[in-house]
Amino acid sequence: MPPERTLPPQLHLTVNGELRSVAVGHTVADLLRDLDIRSVAVAVERNREVVRRAQHAETRLADGDVIEVVQFVGGG
Amino acid sequence: MTASPAPDTWTLAGRTFHSRLLVGTGKYASVEETRRAIDLSGAQIVTVAVRRVDLTGKSGPTVLDALDPKRHTLLPNTAACFTAEDAIRTARLAREAGMGDLVKLEVIGDPKTLFPDNEALLQAAKVLVAEGFIVMPYCSDDPIICRKLQDVGCAAVMPLGAPIGSGLGIRNPFNLKIILEQAAVPVLVDAGVGTASDAALALELGCTAVLMNTAIAGAKDPLAMALAMKLGVEAGRLAYLAGRIERRLYANASSPMTGMIS
Repeated sequence: MPPERTLPPQLHLTVNGELRSVAVGHTVADLLRDLDIRSVAVAVERNREVVRRAQHAETRLADGDVIEVVQFVGGG
Repeated sequence: MTASPAPDTWTLAGRTFHSRLLVGTGKYASVEETRRAIDLSGAQIVTVAVRRVDLTGKSGPTVLDALDPKRHTLLPNTAACFTAEDAIRTARLAREAGMGDLVKLEVIGDPKTLFPDNEALLQAAKVLVAEGFIVMPYCSDDPIICRKLQDVGCAAVMPLGAPIGSGLGIRNPFNLKIILEQAAVPVLVDAGVGTASDAALALELGCTAVLMNTAIAGAKDPLAMALAMKLGVEAGRLAYLAGRIERRLYANASSPMTGMIS
């Protein structure tokens, strides 16, 4: 019997309304890096609560998290 | 005019400003046009909106590139929020993204008129004031809601002149006068201005300042209109300080009625 192949465990997230998968253990900072977001003028919300910038590197994502990443745009 | 007039400034939560024109950054053709219009308007407080980052990888200049952090104070809005909860979340995100405490609080009650939901607005204002925000609510031109917003700790009140983007001008100057009479915080006309005379009227009535976006960005020549608005605001403010004449029904001759030839 061939050895059973297992995929690395994944977390399923909703980021800005779209489904995404990331590796278990991923933090908010990892996610921003994956998304190539380098601007400091962004803010992150996880399950409707702001994640402060200082906490990005230590905030581990969990399966089912709903993430919003926002920035400033033109508006009145 | 007095020989050396005191600098005509106003304060918002302890910060002093000389420009009485606040401008938005929406609807411009480009970031460069935005930057030039803001420059010509002389505005020191500039509104921005908070929206999702585009994750498709497109990146270009952002609205922040139109602003000079040394000259401009960012006023994030909660535009398009229809509930107190969404407005509160948006304000918190804006503070995190910009590290400022100012918020132009909007809770919209209806998509067609964009009139404020005053009940939800008051609820959101209480929460945000308690969290240390400097809350500037966009509200109806209703003296009662303005008083309630002031009483819960808003740093200013911003009654509309007319619906957002309508260009109808100040529809109810008499309500504004009552709002001004009872206000202990700055009163800014927010929304409805169409042209420079509308802006002048807001200041002539005694409003602290006026906030606009579409009237400039939607003009055929936004840069010329930005300057026109700056001058309109300055003219209105000067006229207010100068003190206008009373209106009267009959004429009052400007030339002497005596010494006429016969």
